This record gives sequence, structure tokens and C-alpha cells, in this order.
Amino acid sequence: MIKNFFPNKILSLNITAVNSLILLLVIVIIIGLIYSLLLSPPDYIQGDSVRIMYVHVPSSFMALGCFGFIGLASICNLIFKIRFMSLIAKSLAPIGFIFSLISIVTGSLWGKPTWGVWWVWDARLTSMVILLFFYIAYILTWKMVNNFSKANSITSIIGIVGLLNIPVIKYSVDWWNTLHQPSSITLTSAPTIHYSMLVPLMIMFFGMLIYTLIIFLMRYKTEVIKFKIEKKKN
Amino acid sequence: MLTKKVKSRIFFLSVLVILAALVIFVILRSLEENVVYFFSPTEIYNKSNITFDKKIRIGGLVKKNSVSKNNTSVNFIITDLKKEISVSYNGIVPNLFSEGKGVVAEGKLKDKKYFIADKILAKHDENYMPPEVTKALEKSNN
Repeated sequence: MIKNFFPNKILSLNITAVNSLILLLVIVIIIGLIYSLLLSPPDYIQGDSVRIMYVHVPSSFMALGCFGFIGLASICNLIFKIRFMSLIAKSLAPIGFIFSLISIVTGSLWGKPTWGVWWVWDARLTSMVILLFFYIAYILTWKMVNNFSKANSITSIIGIVGLLNIPVIKYSVDWWNTLHQPSSITLTSAPTIHYSMLVPLMIMFFGMLIYTLIIFLMRYKTEVIKFKIEKKKN
Repeated sequence: MLTKKVKSRIFFLSVLVILAALVIFVILRSLEENVVYFFSPTEIYNKSNITFDKKIRIGGLVKKNSVSKNNTSVNFIITDLKKEISVSYNGIVPNLFSEGKGVVAEGKLKDKKYFIADKILAKHDENYMPPEVTKALEKSNN
């Protein structure tokens, strides 16, 4: 499995593979959107604004997940000096950045009709903004620092420090009183979302996962090619 | 596979991460009062250093049958099922404000039992279900 992410393997990623993934993505997203926006019922309190959840929750998860991988890749990179790990992390960063932005914007749009305010500085929302800043710092460092090995070590440290923020985001709703509600889907107990809403949520989840995979594979291939060109130049 | 160099890197990195985690933990602990978005009535009851002239937030459930509205003012009781605080508020409450549901009020304490709010937020819980299910649940409860 991991061998498929070796730099030479990714170069054999061809347009047919990407296109078939895109076809799958379109099908899943269309089903997911029809299900979540039209077929699923409104919530008993929130009414139709519950539909924002079908975008908000998977986006937040992807934002956290991408940074989780960036953090782990940074650790492998710093300890074992595996070069392609930093390229993997570098390719994941813009995806996670966009998803955390989507998460914050959709959350804000949901907050106004539900809570009565666009924004509050509670632990969950604040730690999510901190994640966004970590993404910005990570991406900017790759862009501004021209020396590869220097940029590599700085971004790895940003990735590792940022990784500590991930459990804080996840458990902020359990550790402190927050305006944000606690998780509805946990490993330990039954989900508190009715199945008629859980199914479309899972479909959207799957769709966003495929999207993340497609963008990641394409970016990763590009990064590997760029890296090889740079190496040839020197 | 684990050369001496790799081992020392693992050591330094884990020391660094543990230190960073400790620092974050200590900071969050000392800022506890600021990290929590609101206090529950029980926390207010147990608090020794209450400031009555500073704005705070309290939160809990709106007690059933406690809401009374006249003109623009709203009076209700916030409960955490152990302790209660009476709240009075002048203004429009959010649409999702209702009895038995979560609420966060921002304002000042008059005393440990009475709170003057100048902002009311509705707190949503983690339960999502269609209206028909709620009706069915209510029926089976009665």
C-alpha cells in the first residue's frame, strides 16, 4: 500500500485513473446532494438549516484529517529523513486549507439562524481558526523559503506543532463549556443523528474523501515532477 | 534499521513534543476561566471569586414553564438540573430559544441567583432528527 506513494510509482498515475475517480466523484456527489438537499427531512428544531451540516461536518473532518497526515508525515520526515513524506504533506496542505475555510464559513452561516450570532470565540471555533493559521503558515513557508531543505525542516516543525492542536479541536467540546454542540458521531456510543440524516451525511463524507484523494494524487504527482526537475538543475 | 542518529532524533523530537504539549496544557489550564465559553449554575454556585461588575456568560437549559414574556422583556430560569438562576432580558430572543432547550446568556450577575442578560444565544444540542420522529417519541413518552 505505502509503496504506491513512492515517488516513482506516482509518476505512472495516468489520466484514465484520474478520470475514472472524477466520474465516481460526480456520481457520489450528485447522489449525496440530492439526498441531503431534497430527500432528507428537515430537523425538528433547526428546520432546513440542518442541511448545512452535510457540507460542514465532512469539510471539518477533512480539514482535521489532512493536518493529521501532515503532522505524521512531518514526524517521519524529521526522524527518518524520508524526502517524499514532505512532498506528501506539501500536497495535502492546500486541500486541508480550503476545507477548513469551508468549515468555518458554513459553520458561521449555520450559527446565525441557530445560535443567533455569526461568530463566538468559544474553544471549538477558536481552535479551528488556529488550525487555519497553521495551514496558512505551512503553505506560506513552502512558498517563501526557496531553499528546499530549509523549507522542509521549518514546515515539518510547523506540522508537528500544529498536530498538537488537532486533539484540542476534537475534544474542545468535551473538555470545556462551548457554544458548539458536542460530537453526534462517536466511536463509543450510538450516533445521535437519525439514520435518515446519517445516510446522506455518510454519502457526502465519501464524496469529499474521493475529492481529497483526486486532488492529492494530482498535486503529489506535480510535486514529485517539480522536485525531480529541481534536482536535475542543481 | 534504527541507527544511532535516528534514535537520537526520536529522543529529541519526543522530548520537544512532550514539552510543547506540557506548555500548551499549562497555558490552557491557567486560562481555564477564559477558555470556557460559559458557566453553569452549579459552577456559579461553587465559585468563590465572583465579580458582579464584569460581564460573564451563563448557560444551561431553559427550565420548563419558566418563560414569561411581557412587551419586550423576557424572564426565565436557567437550570443545569442541580442549581438554577433566574434571568431577565430585554430584547428579542433567537428563533430557536425554547423551553427545555439549551441557552447561553451574556450579561451581569446581580447575585448568585439573579442574572441580567443583554444578549441571549440559543445553544443547539447534538441531536438531529426529523419532526415526525420527535412526535412519535413524545407520543410514546406520554
